[in-house]
Amino acid sequence: MSATVSADAVTRLSRRQLAWWAAQAIPDGAYVNLGIGVPTLCANVMPADREIVLHSENGVLGFGPAPAAGSEDRDLINASKEYITMKPGGAYFMHTDAFVMIRGGHLDLALLGAFEVSGSGDLANWTTGDRRFPPGVGGAMDLAVGAKAIWVLTEHTSKKGEPKIVHKCKYPLTAAGVVRKIFTDLAEIDVTPAGLVVRAMVEGLTLSALQAVTEPKLALAEDCRTMAVPAA
Amino acid sequence: MAIDKIVPSVAEAVAGITDGMTIMISGFGFAGVPNDLIHGVLDLGVTDLTVISNNAGTGTEGLAALMGSGRVRRIICSYPRSKGSDNFDARYAAGEIELELVPQGTLSERMRAAAAGVGGFYCPTGVGTDLAAGKEVRTIEGRDYVLELPLRADVALVQAQAADRWGNLTYSKAARSFGPVMAMAADLTIVQAKEIVPLGGMDPETIVTPSVFVDRVVHIDNQREWDI
Repeated sequence: MSATVSADAVTRLSRRQLAWWAAQAIPDGAYVNLGIGVPTLCANVMPADREIVLHSENGVLGFGPAPAAGSEDRDLINASKEYITMKPGGAYFMHTDAFVMIRGGHLDLALLGAFEVSGSGDLANWTTGDRRFPPGVGGAMDLAVGAKAIWVLTEHTSKKGEPKIVHKCKYPLTAAGVVRKIFTDLAEIDVTPAGLVVRAMVEGLTLSALQAVTEPKLALAEDCRTMAVPAA
Repeated sequence: MAIDKIVPSVAEAVAGITDGMTIMISGFGFAGVPNDLIHGVLDLGVTDLTVISNNAGTGTEGLAALMGSGRVRRIICSYPRSKGSDNFDARYAAGEIELELVPQGTLSERMRAAAAGVGGFYCPTGVGTDLAAGKEVRTIEGRDYVLELPLRADVALVQAQAADRWGNLTYSKAARSFGPVMAMAADLTIVQAKEIVPLGGMDPETIVTPSVFVDRVVHIDNQREWDI
């Protein structure tokens, strides 16, 4: 046994906690798209003291959290096909205009899921090439080239325990060199020209233990924080 | 003579759709899908269809029924796989349906190009990826773009909230999505509307799809729960 605490020994963030942690990093006033997977959960845990305007590819701007049970509207869903609510100031528009906002550089930020992210910010999240699982690109490629910043929210390792933050993506790319921040169930990591910088880690995790489940070399930020999150 | 695009039945709305046609189908997820018109097409028995739709349907009815019918040769789509998309998944895994996967914004912008009579556009989405393989790349002001071509259809099936006898349309919330752009991009645009309002009953400022883009309207006000 190594003296180092393994990533297996620490308590990973739940999906909701990961969404909460990332949501707290979204700047006040930002226009933000939330991708399928963990990112959509952010809508339910947004910081209450900020006005952040959420965008959805299907033609919705300014939506809020999921409705209470029994208040669902079949015509009011996000791009993940989950029920949402509208906030005052929200708007509906046709799909093409939703992508004018995306591709035209009008969104400040997109939070996306990932199969893999590379140390240089390459993103792979649309196909594994396995014919039993049809590919789905959705708006990922448009967001990757159009939003002013891309953050990835993902589990740190695959279901098989393999790193999802890799030297080079083995799955086909969504876009090259676009990811600026990676939020995982173990850490918050910045993608910088000098490499990956760990901004925060879960309680009890060490850099060496995090490195053991991450392919590219990690550096520790001087002010690296412990990820204190609400109870799951 | 008074223009009246309202037809009394789904059968009359879908009349004239034939084998081999390309059909756009509105909606995103379960919102805005013209399920009655889809089943009208299934009832016609036509085959060898190309379907253009954002998704490939879930459950057993609507798009999923069409995907499972064996009558769709090809689908042009951005996100076919979802929880419950078993009908499509099985056909795809068996090699029985051809998939053209298109980035979602490119999908609707290609429709808009067809609608607007534009011969294509240079798009930054997908540059350098497998989905842009073989496409012309052009550098404009230092950025790379791929040439994307217009996407038109023989028929668009669209769900709207309200229509008048000229075919002016409004939509409901996220059920709008692809409706307006598909309505513009097809030779024959067929609408199922939840409400019919008198001509002049819509504020011209709020009409989303102007009547020039619409050919037929059928009133479908039932709110039955589809398995989709």
